[in-house]
Amino acid sequence: MYDIKALYEAQSVADAIRLLREHPRAQIIAGGSDVLVQIREGKRAGVELVSIFSLDELRGVNLEEDGTLRIGSLTSFSHITKDPLIQKYINVLGEAVDQVGGPQIRNIGTIGGNTCNGVTSADSASTLFAWDAVIELTGPEGVRKIPIKDFYIRAGKVDLHPSEIQTGILIRRESYEGYAGHYIKYAMRNAMDIATLGCSINVKLSDDKKKFVDIRIAYGVAGPVPMRAVHAEAYGKGLPVSGETIRKIGDTVSEDIMPRDSWRASRAFREHISKVLCQRALTEAVRRAGGTVPDDLSGEMGGAAL
Amino acid sequence: MGKREEELRGESGREHVIGKSVNRVDAYEKVTGRAKYTDDLCGRSSYVAKVLHSTIAHGYVKSVDTSEAEKIPGVVKIVTCFDVPENYFPTAGHPWSTQEAHQDVADRLLLTRHVRYYGDDVAAVVAEDDVAASRALRALRVEYEELPFVLDVHKAMEDEAPQLHEKYPNNILAHTSIRNGDYENAIKEPGLTKVEGWYQTPTVQHCHIENPVCYAYMEQGRIVVVTSTQLPHICRRVVGQALGIPWGQVRVIKPYIGGGFGNKQDILYEPLCAYLCTQVGGRTVKLDTSREETFVSTRVRHAIHFHIISYVRPDGTYAARKFESWSDQGAYASHGHSIAAKGMGCFPQLYPCSNIEADTYTVFTNKSVSGAMRGYGIPQAMFAVESHTEDVARAMGMDSYEFRMKNVIPKGFRDGFSKNVNYYDSIRECMEKGKREFDYERRRREYAHQTGPIRRGVGMAVFWYNTGVWPISLETSACRMVLNQDGSIQVQVGETEIGQGADTVFAQMAAETLGIPFESVHVVSSQDTDVTPFGTGAYASRQTYMAGFSICQTAELLKEKILETAHDLTGQIKENIDIVNGNIVRITDGNHLMTLGELATEKLYSLTDNGHLTAEKSCQIKTNAYSFGCTFAEVEVDIPGCRVQVTDLLNVHDCGKLINPALARAQVHGGMSMAIGYALSEKLLFDEKTGRPLNDNLLDYKLCTAMDHPDLKTSFIENYEPTSAYGTKALGEPPVCSPAPAIRNAVLQATGTALNEIPMRPHLLFEEFKKAGLI
Repeated sequence: MYDIKALYEAQSVADAIRLLREHPRAQIIAGGSDVLVQIREGKRAGVELVSIFSLDELRGVNLEEDGTLRIGSLTSFSHITKDPLIQKYINVLGEAVDQVGGPQIRNIGTIGGNTCNGVTSADSASTLFAWDAVIELTGPEGVRKIPIKDFYIRAGKVDLHPSEIQTGILIRRESYEGYAGHYIKYAMRNAMDIATLGCSINVKLSDDKKKFVDIRIAYGVAGPVPMRAVHAEAYGKGLPVSGETIRKIGDTVSEDIMPRDSWRASRAFREHISKVLCQRALTEAVRRAGGTVPDDLSGEMGGAAL
Repeated sequence: MGKREEELRGESGREHVIGKSVNRVDAYEKVTGRAKYTDDLCGRSSYVAKVLHSTIAHGYVKSVDTSEAEKIPGVVKIVTCFDVPENYFPTAGHPWSTQEAHQDVADRLLLTRHVRYYGDDVAAVVAEDDVAASRALRALRVEYEELPFVLDVHKAMEDEAPQLHEKYPNNILAHTSIRNGDYENAIKEPGLTKVEGWYQTPTVQHCHIENPVCYAYMEQGRIVVVTSTQLPHICRRVVGQALGIPWGQVRVIKPYIGGGFGNKQDILYEPLCAYLCTQVGGRTVKLDTSREETFVSTRVRHAIHFHIISYVRPDGTYAARKFESWSDQGAYASHGHSIAAKGMGCFPQLYPCSNIEADTYTVFTNKSVSGAMRGYGIPQAMFAVESHTEDVARAMGMDSYEFRMKNVIPKGFRDGFSKNVNYYDSIRECMEKGKREFDYERRRREYAHQTGPIRRGVGMAVFWYNTGVWPISLETSACRMVLNQDGSIQVQVGETEIGQGADTVFAQMAAETLGIPFESVHVVSSQDTDVTPFGTGAYASRQTYMAGFSICQTAELLKEKILETAHDLTGQIKENIDIVNGNIVRITDGNHLMTLGELATEKLYSLTDNGHLTAEKSCQIKTNAYSFGCTFAEVEVDIPGCRVQVTDLLNVHDCGKLINPALARAQVHGGMSMAIGYALSEKLLFDEKTGRPLNDNLLDYKLCTAMDHPDLKTSFIENYEPTSAYGTKALGEPPVCSPAPAIRNAVLQATGTALNEIPMRPHLLFEEFKKAGLI
């Protein structure tokens, strides 16, 4: 039995915004896989809820005219994984969200909820950071679009204005065209877990596949919010594809990340794993981009599988 | 070969139900969701009770302000630690002892002013629903006088440590010893190699699917408690003790339960629920424990710290051995020292040695209460002993398989205390079978000299176990059988179905002895202390063994009565007739005389000589039985990733005759699964600064998932147990005893790193691999 004061079911995006204005203290609920857990824990006991769950207009993945991939915020993880457009253009996102919890959570959980929750461990978030995703927000003043790195303000806090809802996540053509990526979730068990660390990397290689034209390295749980390893990325750009480069990029990651020391894992341990994941994900991303690593470290680092 | 064994082996020409993998009697009820568990049976109009737990690890409750909570609509009654009767009661699910010296420690109150761990029970709320009860809990204000607390067993034994209980100086609940031979003198023998090790096992929780749940109501002045317990008759006694009322005033009903693994071998919130019921006019009160409460405020497995020293002769035999252990009891006595004592007790038996010095301490700390959990001290002891055995073999430059073969308990070994006899060479037979089926030698050779980041390794471990608790207490089992008009029967026993399949094997036994079809046996699954014959319930690994005696005797008695009736009805002499597949048959020529249904109907409704054919027997059991086996494990270790994956796991058991091979395999699978988590990921953590449990939920407490398991392999040696009614012995707990050290020994082969602590989770591997220079 959940301690819920009232549940208002929105019929459209406009209706949702109206309900949120009428009930300024209300919490938005989509799939409920985070909100209901918080209510059960007593954190939001007696809460008013505005449900956007029936807004089918926010479900699905489309390719817009300019080549932008548009993911409706209510699209469930399992639908993202199985979506042909996702599989064709940014399959790594489908792979990442397929590692969320278990099958039931992936059927009910939405990508919008996963990002609006503001937690660093969200399996979708690091990959969305790696793809330079843009967050679309709709509120009383209309629609605004902001880069995902600006959407995350601090742990548990995202840039969602009063009466605003997240309506879509956009990946622009220039973000994905010519890139290939890989996500590794490091957790304490092989299912039903949150990431101790997540690393999502995508690369663009030169035409001859010998050089890194671009590298985007994103982490979850390496800091209070998902982040990019900008120094490591900058270091690797333009360098030849080699085990040596990959090793050095991995070593540079420590300049970018700031993992916590907690009972869940020590800072030193997370730093070590950050390096290992970076090297493994990078090696696999190169392979997926059609390249090969001449002095392949995957033997030394244990391949891509974790 | 004995007569019964011959019969069961099918050599007497009869068709047998024992030894067949018949479907579980409750299979369809459970898979269709029709089976009724405690919460399903409780009416929706019941009141809801919730417990307020302490938010400090040690101290006194100075006051509980209930004023705000009382104003919340729907709140019916608030009871605090200042309101409850001062009847101290024990909670361990042991049979009662009429000798005071052998009774369990009575150190619990329904609610306590002296809180001894973070999560202790301070107050309770009864409300009309869940939401009102939760709101009331949040509105209660508790003022504490805080005391220093201690979380570590060794620190708890220091003189200046905070004391948890008045009667136990240095927080030592108990200390027992074994002295065999002369250790001090024996270690002086020239040429000995000394091997010493310290081993640590974690606090883990049972994590049964169904949390402890009960409800209570009053009927005709008596209290009825319906509860998810393993031992209804013991529960009745403890509720009576806690409330200070005659035990006959309490009736306990046990429906289907969603697992117990020993947690429900303790009396948990039944007494409080019963008391709260009496405080609201006897209305139904339900007390359902959340998962978080189950982790913190029910029971956990004892974390035990071990120290073992072995002096070994050049020929690989033991000259002298020392064993010490410190068992973390947590805040209250519960099952107390029994667990540590059992762990120590196996030490001189598994690898007999003439000179042994062993000591074990059970120590109170300000942590969650440790109680019974599947294996009862042996998974802990086996981790230490079998890790140590591996280390000894390595120190001697011997293959650890051969070392075990040389030293492990011999055939014919007789334990002086329990009088248990190792009738067969069980462990060696299991090891040989396991080695062959696992292709152990080839794999061990192949993995001998690996380099690189991903490495494989194999390891093994053996285990010691026994079946029941004789001679610590006199075992008992009682059974009742009632014949129906159609020749089917009801069977009732005090031994409980807790998910392990007990009802099914009971039905198989009854059908076998009576000579009726399996389908004609209706086991009354629910125990009700008003009507079920007395039995002490599901604990140890005793259900099949103990109930077997009373089922066998009762079935023989009922058969006797049936054959007498058959004689009356047919005129044939008893010696010439038998019950075969539900028919009365003249065995001299196989002539079918009448069906059992025809006999039962005629007997019930006869105009000249009617009667109801029933039988009941209560029997004492003055035997126990060893149950041995081993595990072979293969692991893949990702060294930079600091992870171990079990890639293959085989358990081999000698649990005597298998009554139902499919159920036996399932039982072993469950234990192996539990042991994988024990080895690799499960540990209940407590905050050093506050004593607060940190990971009291199934997300942060890393129970293994299906994705963390290899295909689990099982194998059996079926040495007919001569003391048993049906040749069977323990299998409930044994499967969880040896996988953890086998996995540890496999990691050792793969990496050269001897991990002396479980779980071998990434945190530990990171530190140990760094120390070893592997990363």
